[in-house]
Amino acid sequence: MKKTVFLGALTVAGLAAGASAAATLDDVKARGKLNCGVTTGLVGFAAPDANGNWEGFDVGVCRAVAAAVLGDANAVEFVPTTGKTRFTALASGEVDLLARNTTWTLSRDVDLKFTFVGVNYYDGQGFMVNKDMGVSSAKELDGATVCIQTGTTTELNLADFFRANNISYEPVPIETNAEGQQQYLAGACDTYTTDASGLAATRATFEDPSAHVVLPEIISKEPLGPLVRHGDNEWGDIVRWTLNALISAEELGITSANIGELSAAPGDNPEINRILGTEGNLGEMLGLDAEWAKRAIMAGGNYGEVFAKNIGEETPIALARGLNAQWQDGGLIYSPPFR
Amino acid sequence: MTTTTDPHQGQFRLSMLLYDSRYRSMTIQIVALIGFLLLLGWIFSNTAQNLTDLGKEPSFRFMGEPAGYDINQRLLEYSNQDTHLRAALIGLLNTLLVAALGCITATVLGVIIGVLRLSPNWIVSRLSAVYVEAFRNVPVLLWIVFIMAILIETLPSPSAFRKGEASMSLWDSVAVTNRGVYIPEPLFTNSLGNLHLLGGSSLRFDVSLDLIAILAVLIAGILTSGLIKRRADRIQEATGTRPATWYWRLGVVVIPTSIVLVLLGLHWGYPELKGFNFQGGTHLRNSLIALWLALSIYTAAFIAEIVRAGILAISKGQSEAAGALGLRSNRTMSLVILPQALRVIIPPLISNYLNLTKNSSLAIAVGYMDITGTLGGITMNQTGRELETVLLLMLVYLAISLTISGVMNWYNESVKLRER
Repeated sequence: MKKTVFLGALTVAGLAAGASAAATLDDVKARGKLNCGVTTGLVGFAAPDANGNWEGFDVGVCRAVAAAVLGDANAVEFVPTTGKTRFTALASGEVDLLARNTTWTLSRDVDLKFTFVGVNYYDGQGFMVNKDMGVSSAKELDGATVCIQTGTTTELNLADFFRANNISYEPVPIETNAEGQQQYLAGACDTYTTDASGLAATRATFEDPSAHVVLPEIISKEPLGPLVRHGDNEWGDIVRWTLNALISAEELGITSANIGELSAAPGDNPEINRILGTEGNLGEMLGLDAEWAKRAIMAGGNYGEVFAKNIGEETPIALARGLNAQWQDGGLIYSPPFR
Repeated sequence: MTTTTDPHQGQFRLSMLLYDSRYRSMTIQIVALIGFLLLLGWIFSNTAQNLTDLGKEPSFRFMGEPAGYDINQRLLEYSNQDTHLRAALIGLLNTLLVAALGCITATVLGVIIGVLRLSPNWIVSRLSAVYVEAFRNVPVLLWIVFIMAILIETLPSPSAFRKGEASMSLWDSVAVTNRGVYIPEPLFTNSLGNLHLLGGSSLRFDVSLDLIAILAVLIAGILTSGLIKRRADRIQEATGTRPATWYWRLGVVVIPTSIVLVLLGLHWGYPELKGFNFQGGTHLRNSLIALWLALSIYTAAFIAEIVRAGILAISKGQSEAAGALGLRSNRTMSLVILPQALRVIIPPLISNYLNLTKNSSLAIAVGYMDITGTLGGITMNQTGRELETVLLLMLVYLAISLTISGVMNWYNESVKLRER
């Protein structure tokens, strides 16, 4: 008797475990909130503003997904994660989606079992130094003390870069961007290294940004993008195509200004019609309603608008589009067709 | 028991397991044990099942793969091409280093504060009380971060030395910077070299023959000094006068050790400003200093209370009796009070050592690369093996803690009151 109870319990446990792996969409809908993993604070990418509302480029992805799935761009629970805690948070199901300038690598995809749904920012690792140091190239950093966020790909790139150039360095591991900034400004490290966009964002918050330079060397490829767990392809598809909708919207000229007009009735461009749900049933295929992409775009505008508002040249972070321009403009941002 | 209840002579029936008070408690215990084992089994199988569903079968093979990251403070040589196992070993040594330094400092500080708290001098005892209350009532993490912030923000950076705004202290031998303290290191011109143990494996380590030689001579000197003391004791017992032996006892320790040091060609390597940083000398990183100091002063507050409690536990009659025999107050303390107080002090002291060691896992707050930072931090993050690394970490801390309490229990046994 006891044995059957035990076996029964095991079966139930096994079934429960099997069921919990899938159906993130249902979980999110039932909860009424999207749990989105972001940084602990990197101005321009994800940081709370003066009123405690999260803002930024990565936050834009979270809000677009929440708008597409739940119909409310504010139905997001932002979970701040460090470089160290982010993957555990995603793997354990604490967050449904990680939008935290995370580099797409093979081992993270295959070994850590995450699905990168696309790239929302093409970046590379750089070094920031104080102008007083008189350093003009990263190769002159022999013997330097380097502040580095622990648990990142930049940590491994750094080791590779110094080994390849046969120069030495002293790593100072830090946990968050704020700690790195504190140590760097106090002179406890000679240089701070992270993704060049992160350096620009950090420098923008300094009292005197012009006293610091980002060295010309970009020592790695860092394609940053949102990611989800393996094992729930339907959820992965929703996030992937929400991101693609933002990118396609810019390419096709759908902006937050004209979206109301474009979505009122089917227009001349069939692809715009398909995205905005006035034609075809793409939303239904994803398990959402017809206006999912319209809401995603309305949440913060298209890709270009989100970029310009948070990290573009008009902002203190002042990042040029560069590699992150649309493919017609010579960049790498490219969405597969909505068909 | 056997005399009062006469065992029932009848046949054993299954129902007696439940209704016979002789067997009932045993039945309940066995059922509870089975239930507990089932629960454990369920947890294990559920975890394994879920991990397999995720495609992450538990495996420890990642420990043999190259770590790829660098560690700043390493007691053994290590490069980013070494394995994760070696990175974990480097972290373990860092944990042990800060735990050992912390335990020693906390004990010294704690005993001093604890004794001072009982001082008849009002100011001294009040100040000690303030120390105890201030340090033990604030979380240790805050102390760690606070001390680190002070070190980083108030001390000069190496560039200040370059510009001449700061200078080295102690006749240009010590450089105090916001990256740590650089102190002179001992160097040997006629070095005996190193002993390489465990060849090419991840656990390889070198033993300095110089250090072994110095330690051997030092220990021999101390043992000889002990012999001289015992001889003096015998003479005192026999004749009542104690021969003056302090110069002999000092001599047998100092002279041979000095000779060995001179033969090895001891000289000091001083830190020098070269490039971005000071080079040469021993670099005590500010992460180590912050963690060490914070853990020490925090734990010292607890140890002070334990010491005070231990001393107060000795009845006042003991010190009065010692006074009546004409012992001065410091002799009373060292000969009468402390030996008895130790018996009360040691058991709670053990748990404070364990606490200090476990608290050292807060090291990541200041970027000190202990085992939680290497194995439980970067390795876990780069390999995604949360379960395996955390299990290993728990085993490591368990092993360290059991070792500490084993050693301390043995010491406790040796100072315990021997009743005859």
